[in-house]
Amino acid sequence: MLEIEIDGKKAQVPDGSTVMDAAQQVGVYIPHFCYHKKLSIAANCRMCLVEVEKAPKPLPACATPVTNGMKVFTHSQLAIKAQKGVMEFLLINHPLDCPICDQGGECQLQDMSVGYGPMKSRYSEEKRVVFHKDVGPLVGMEEMSRCIHCTRCVRFGQEIAGIMELGMSNRNMHSEITTFLGRSVDSELSGNMIDLCPVGALTSKPFRFTARSWELQRRRSVSPHDSLGANLVVQVKHDTVMRVLPHENEDINECWLSDKDRFSYQALNSDERLTKPMVKQGGEWREVEWNVALDYVAHGLKDIARDHGGETIAALASPHSTLEELALLKKVVQGLGSGNIDSRPRQSDFSADGKRAGTPWLGMRIAELAQQDAVLVVGAFLRKDQPLLAQRLRLAASKRSKVSLLTLGGDDELIKLHARRTVAPSQLVNGLAAVVKAAAEAKGVAVPAEVAGVEVCETSRRIAGSLVEGEKKAVLLGNAAVQSPQAAQVQAVALELGKLTGAIVGFLGEAANSVGAYVAGSVPSAANARTMFEQPRQAYVLMGIEPEFDCANPQVALAALQQAKMVVALSAFKHAPALDYADVLLPVAPFTETAGTFINAEGRIQSFNGVVKPRGDARPGWKVLRVLGNVLNLPGFDYLTSEEVRDEVLGKGAEFAAGLDNGLNGVAVALAAPAAGLERIADVPIHFADPLVRRAAALQQTRDAGVPVARLHPDTLAAQGLAGAARVRVRQGQGSAELALQADAGVPVNGVRVAAAHAATAALGDMFGPISVERA
Amino acid sequence: MLSAESLKRFDREVAKYPAEQKQSAVMACLAIAQDEKGWLAPETVEFVANYLGMPPVAAWEVATFYSMYELKPVGKHKLTVCTNLPCALSGAYHAVEYLRQKLGIGPGETTPDGKFTVKEGECQGACGDAPVLLLNNHRMCGRMTPEQIDRLLEECK
Amino acid sequence: MALLGNIHGVLTAGLNGDHSWRLKDYVARGGYEMLKKILAEQIPQEQVISEVKKSVLRGRGGAGFPTGLKWSFMPRSLPGDKYIVCNSDEGEPGTFKDRDILRYNPHSVIEGMAIAAYSIGATGGYNYIHGEIFEIYQRFEEALDEARAAGFIGQNILGSGFNFELFAHHGYGAYICGEETALLESIEGKKGQPRFKPPFPASFGLYGKPTTINNTETLASIPFILKMGGEEFLNLGKPNNGGTKLFSVSGHVKRPGNYEIPLGTPFSTLLEMAGGMRGGRKIKAVIPGGSSAPVIPGDVMMDTTMDYDAIAKAGSMLGSGAVIVMDETTCMVKSLERLSYFYYEESCGQCTPCREGTSWMYKIVHRIENGLGKPEDLDLLNNVLGNIMGRTICALGDAAALPVQSFVKHFRKEFEYHIEHKTCLVPKDVQWAGSGFHHFE
Ligand SMILES: Cc1cc2nc3c(=O)[nH]c(=O)nc-3n(C[C@H](O)[C@H](O)[C@H](O)COP(=O)(O)O)c2cc1C
Ligand code: SF4
Ligand code: FES
Repeated sequence: MLEIEIDGKKAQVPDGSTVMDAAQQVGVYIPHFCYHKKLSIAANCRMCLVEVEKAPKPLPACATPVTNGMKVFTHSQLAIKAQKGVMEFLLINHPLDCPICDQGGECQLQDMSVGYGPMKSRYSEEKRVVFHKDVGPLVGMEEMSRCIHCTRCVRFGQEIAGIMELGMSNRNMHSEITTFLGRSVDSELSGNMIDLCPVGALTSKPFRFTARSWELQRRRSVSPHDSLGANLVVQVKHDTVMRVLPHENEDINECWLSDKDRFSYQALNSDERLTKPMVKQGGEWREVEWNVALDYVAHGLKDIARDHGGETIAALASPHSTLEELALLKKVVQGLGSGNIDSRPRQSDFSADGKRAGTPWLGMRIAELAQQDAVLVVGAFLRKDQPLLAQRLRLAASKRSKVSLLTLGGDDELIKLHARRTVAPSQLVNGLAAVVKAAAEAKGVAVPAEVAGVEVCETSRRIAGSLVEGEKKAVLLGNAAVQSPQAAQVQAVALELGKLTGAIVGFLGEAANSVGAYVAGSVPSAANARTMFEQPRQAYVLMGIEPEFDCANPQVALAALQQAKMVVALSAFKHAPALDYADVLLPVAPFTETAGTFINAEGRIQSFNGVVKPRGDARPGWKVLRVLGNVLNLPGFDYLTSEEVRDEVLGKGAEFAAGLDNGLNGVAVALAAPAAGLERIADVPIHFADPLVRRAAALQQTRDAGVPVARLHPDTLAAQGLAGAARVRVRQGQGSAELALQADAGVPVNGVRVAAAHAATAALGDMFGPISVERA
Repeated sequence: MLSAESLKRFDREVAKYPAEQKQSAVMACLAIAQDEKGWLAPETVEFVANYLGMPPVAAWEVATFYSMYELKPVGKHKLTVCTNLPCALSGAYHAVEYLRQKLGIGPGETTPDGKFTVKEGECQGACGDAPVLLLNNHRMCGRMTPEQIDRLLEECK
Repeated sequence: MALLGNIHGVLTAGLNGDHSWRLKDYVARGGYEMLKKILAEQIPQEQVISEVKKSVLRGRGGAGFPTGLKWSFMPRSLPGDKYIVCNSDEGEPGTFKDRDILRYNPHSVIEGMAIAAYSIGATGGYNYIHGEIFEIYQRFEEALDEARAAGFIGQNILGSGFNFELFAHHGYGAYICGEETALLESIEGKKGQPRFKPPFPASFGLYGKPTTINNTETLASIPFILKMGGEEFLNLGKPNNGGTKLFSVSGHVKRPGNYEIPLGTPFSTLLEMAGGMRGGRKIKAVIPGGSSAPVIPGDVMMDTTMDYDAIAKAGSMLGSGAVIVMDETTCMVKSLERLSYFYYEESCGQCTPCREGTSWMYKIVHRIENGLGKPEDLDLLNNVLGNIMGRTICALGDAAALPVQSFVKHFRKEFEYHIEHKTCLVPKDVQWAGSGFHHFE
C-alpha cells in the first residue's frame, strides 16, 4: 500500500495505482477525456494534468503511478493553467455547434469548457474540417470535425470488441478516425463506441436528431435478449422510447451493451405492433375489445378441454417472456387440465427432463468468468449468442485464462484461444468424450469405460491439459449444445469431464429468462416443445413465439398449428404467418411496457417496471393471463400486482434463484455413431434471435442481418459435385430453400451450415437434422 | 497481387522478427509492395495486412503515417526535394523553382506524361550536401546545382 | 565525402572515404578486437559498463544522458529476451553524422552493439535506419552479412556461448521515430507514436521486453572507448563532457560537412575547419545542436566552446551536434516559419498540446511571414508555446517550442519589422544571393 495526499485528502492505495485511481478513491474529480477505466492508458488528451510535489512539470494523473508519500494538487495554479491550456487547444479546432450537436447536454467537452469559464477565442485561423464517413447503420460518423483524438473508440475495438475496425490515420493535426476504406463497423459491440466518445463525433444513427438529451426521462430496465440480463437506462420522451443506454453494473454488463440490447428498442415503435385484440371469424380478422377476445379464448379452450381432454391443449412460451408471464401461463394451462407447457422452443432433445438435479444455469457468477484459469466452451456461436459473455472471456484470455472451443463452425470469436476443435453436430458428444479420455490419461486415472472407445486427437489432449492443470476451470455449454439432438448426452459427458477435472459445468443460456422459465415451472409434465407439435393438438397458446423462426423444427410446428382447431397468440406484433394459422391475437406489452422479472444465466433475479404506457390496447402479459384465469373461473388468479405473482414463485426478497444445479441423475453416457449423410448446422443469427430484434430497423441493416447462405466445407462441396455452383437448394423433409453457396473451410466436413430464424430458411426442418443439397 | 520476387523479399523481412511479431515487417512489406506497384492502392495495403495477419486498418494507419508511402499514383520518377532549413539556406527553394522551370510542375504535382513527380520533403539527414533530393525513395542526390539537376533529368529521360 | 576533418579523431581515424567500410578494412584498423577480447576473457558485464561510465560518454542522440548509467538500468540478469536498439533515424534537421558513420564505418556500430548487448544481457538487436538513406541501409545490411559470416553476430559468437542476432529496420519517413519509444512502436509495425513514460524502455521496451536504445554515434564509440580506456577518452574532452564528438556543420559555411573534434573545442575553431563563412559574410545566428535547440546570436556563439555545459550556459543545447550556421542574408522569420512547419508536419498527432499547438504556432508564424501578422501575435506565440512545453507525451513538443521561443527572443525586432512593414527586413534578393545556389565552391 502507498500513501498519497490529493488536495489535502490522504489515502492509502494499492501498489500500481495511478494518481487518477487514487483521486477517484478520495472523491476528487480530475478532468479527463482519453482516460477510461476499462481501457488501456493512452495519456494523449493531457486534460488530467495535475501538479505533483517536486515535479517541475504538470503530470497526467491517468498515467502517473503513485509513489509513496506523493502530494498531488489538482487545483493549484500550475494545474489549472495546464488544464486551461489543454482546454484551449481542444477547442480551437472544435466546431462551435453545441446547439445542434447530438451530444449537447451530455458532452464532457461542453461541460468542462463551461467549467473553465467562457474563453474568448484567440484562435483566428481556419478550423480543421474532417469529412464524415458512413460506417453502417448504427454508429454515426457524420461530424468528425468534432473528434478530439482521444482514441477511446480505437482502443475499444482493439481491447474490448477484439477487432480493430477503427484506426487513426495520418499524423499531426490531420489525424483522423476512420475505418479501412469506408468499410462498415460490424462488431456486435459497436454501439459502445458512441458512449465512449466524449464529444459528439460518434453518434447513434438511429437516435440522431430525434431528441435533445435534456428532454429525456431516464428509467431503468433489463435487457430482454440474451442470458446476460444487461442493465439498461431506457430514455423516454412523450411516452415513447427514444434511446437505450447501459446502466453500469460491474457484476453483469459492466458499462457495456451489445448492439442488440442497445438498438432493439426501434422495434417497440414499429408499424407491426399489435395494438388491438383480434379475432378471426369465418376467415376474416376483426379487431375486438379485450372482453370479447378473452371470452372467445376462454370459451374456445374450455370447449376443447371438455370435448377432447385437457391434454389436447398445449402452450409454448418464449424464454424471453417474464417470470410472471411464464408462471401464469402455466397456471392457466394447468387449470385447463394440461401439462403441455414449454418454453424451450429451439430445444430438440428433452431426455434430460425429469432427471435434472435442479435448474440449469451458468454454474457460477458472471464475474467469476474472468477468474477461470481454463474454460472450454462447447457448442456455441459465442460472440453472436452472448456478446458480452464472450467479451468477458476475451479479456480473461488476454490476461490469464486458457480458453478453448469445441465448436460446430469456424467463427472467429476474437478470443486468443488455447485450442479449438470443430466437429459436426452429431460428433459433439464424442468430441467432448475425447477430452474426457485425454483428461483421464493426463491425470493417470482410469478412463471411464463409456468413453474408452473414442479416439483422442492432439487438440483434445491440449484442451484436457488446460483443464487438468488449472485451479479454477469451467466447461460451458452453449446454445447449440443445448439445441443439439444429443443435448442430454453432451451434458452428461460434460459432467463426467467436470468430475474428472474439477471443472464447473455451466450453461451459457439462450435467452433473458431461460433460467427463469425453469424457476417459473414453465416446463412440461406432459408434452414438451417438440412432442406438442409432433403429436398435433387441438389447441395451442403461443406466448411471444413466432414458430417459423423460434422453433427447432418450424416445418413440423407450422403443420401442427395449421391443423389445430384453435391457436391463440399472445404477441406484441402482428405478423403474417400468425394471421394464417392463429384464431386470436392478443396484444401483449413488450418489456418496456410491463413490469416483470428476468432471471439471468447466473441466477440473478432482476425485476423491472414498465417505462412507458402500453401501445394502443396492448396490456402486460401477466394481466392478460390473470384476467383469462378469472374468465376461466380458475382459482388463485386474484393478483393485484406483478410483484405478488413474482413473490409467489420466488418468495420475498431473494437476490438469486434457489435450486440452481446442473447435475443429472441417471443419464448414462454413450458415444454417438457418426451420422450418415449431410447434417445441418444452424446458428441463430444475432439479429433474428427474438421477435424484437427481428423488427429493429437499424439492426436489420447490419452485416450480421444479412440473408443466410449455405456454407459447406470445400471437401464437402467437391464430394457433392457442387464445385463452382453459385446457388444451391437445400432440402429437409417437405421444405426447401434456395440459397447462395459459400465454401467455408471452418464448417466441419459433411456439415451444411444454414442459419435458422430467418424467412429465407423458415421452410426447413430440424436445426441439426439431416439435410440434402443440390445445385439450384 | 504481387510478384514472387516481392513475396520472397516479404519473407526475408518477416524473418527478422520474432515469429509472433509478423506485424513488425509491415513497413518493409509496404515499401516492397510500393517498389513493385509504384504506389499503395488500398487493395495493396489490404494484401500486405492479410499477409501479415494484422487488421487492414492497422496497416492503413502505418501507410498513412509515414511520408514516403504514396497513396496515390506518382510519376515514374519521384523527386523529393528537401526544403528544410539547412537545405533552404543552401538553395533548396531555388532548386524547387528550377525544377518548376524545367518540368513545368510544382511540389505535389506530376508531369502530364506521368514521368515526374516533384515533392517537398523534410530533412533527409544529408544537410552537408545541400540542397539534397531523393530519387524514387532510393537514391540520394546531393549538391543539386542547376547543372546537377540537368544531368539527373537527362538520366531519367 | 562529407567527413571533412578531425582533431584527435577517434571514430573517424583512418577512414579513407568510400573505400574503408568493409569488414577487412575495419579489422585492419583494429576492429572487433574489443569484442574478441571481451568474449575470450569473459570480462564481467559490470566491468564493461564501469569502463563506459568512466569515459563519461554522454548519449549522442540529443539528450546527452550518460551511456554507462543507462546501461546499468537494464535488469541484465533477468531471464527472458532483452534488446539493444540502435537509433539511426537521424532526422533532426542539420544532423547527418550517423549517416556518415554507417556509410564509412558500419562495423564500428555492429561491434558497439554486440558489446552493448553483451553488457546488458541482450540477445536481440535492431538498427533503425532513417527512411531516406536507403543506400546506407543497404550497405548496413551488407555489413551485417559480413559480420554474420565472420561469426561476430549470430549464435554462439566466436565460440563464447554468447548469442546476439542483429537486424536492420528501415524507417519510411517520420521524424518522430527518432524518439526512442516511437521508434520501438515503429519496429513493432505500428505508427510511430511515442509511449508515455514510465514505464521506461529498460523495463518495458520492444515487444514489452527490457530494451536499451542508443544513438549510432554513441554505440560506434564503444569499441574505441574500451580500447583506449574510459579515462583516456574522457581526457580528450573536458570534465563531464568526455571525448570527441562529431559535429555536422551546415548552412552558410564554405565547407559544410562532419567534423570530429574534442568536446570543449572553441566554436571558432570548428567554423574555421568548415572553411569559414560562405562568401566571407557576417555570421548572424547559429543553431548549435540541431533544429530543436534554441538559436543563438552569432557573436555569442563565437565566444562559446563546443561542449554540453558551455552551450547550455550560452542558452542552448548541444543536442545532436548539428550546427546550422546562418549569415546576415538570412530572414529569421522565414527560417522560423520553415522550422515551425517541420514540427507541425512531423507531430505524431496523438497528444493535444503538440497536435494542436504546433499547427497553431506554424499558422501564426506563416501569417507573419506573409505580411498578415498582428502586433499581439508575438505574445500569443509565447503564450501558446508555453502551453505546449512540458505538457506533451514526448519531447517533440518542447522541440517545436524552443525554436519559436528563441527566434522571437533574439530576433524580436525582425519579427516586429515584418508585422509592421508586411515584408522581410532582409531584402529578398539578398536572401537569394545568400543561398549560393548558382555558385557552389
Ligand atoms: C522528437 C525527438 C526526435 C529524436 N530524434 C533522434 C534521432 O534522430 N536520433 C537519435 O539518436 N536520437 C533521437 N532522439 C533522442 C532519442 O529519444 C534517445 O534519447 C536517444 O536515441 C538515446 O540515445 P543516446 O542515449 O545514445 O543519445 C529524439 C528525441 C526526440 C524527442
Ligand atoms: S509531443 Fe507530439 S510527437 Fe510527441 S507524442 Fe505528443 S503529439 Fe506525438
Ligand atoms: S485523461 Fe490523462 S491524458 Fe487524457
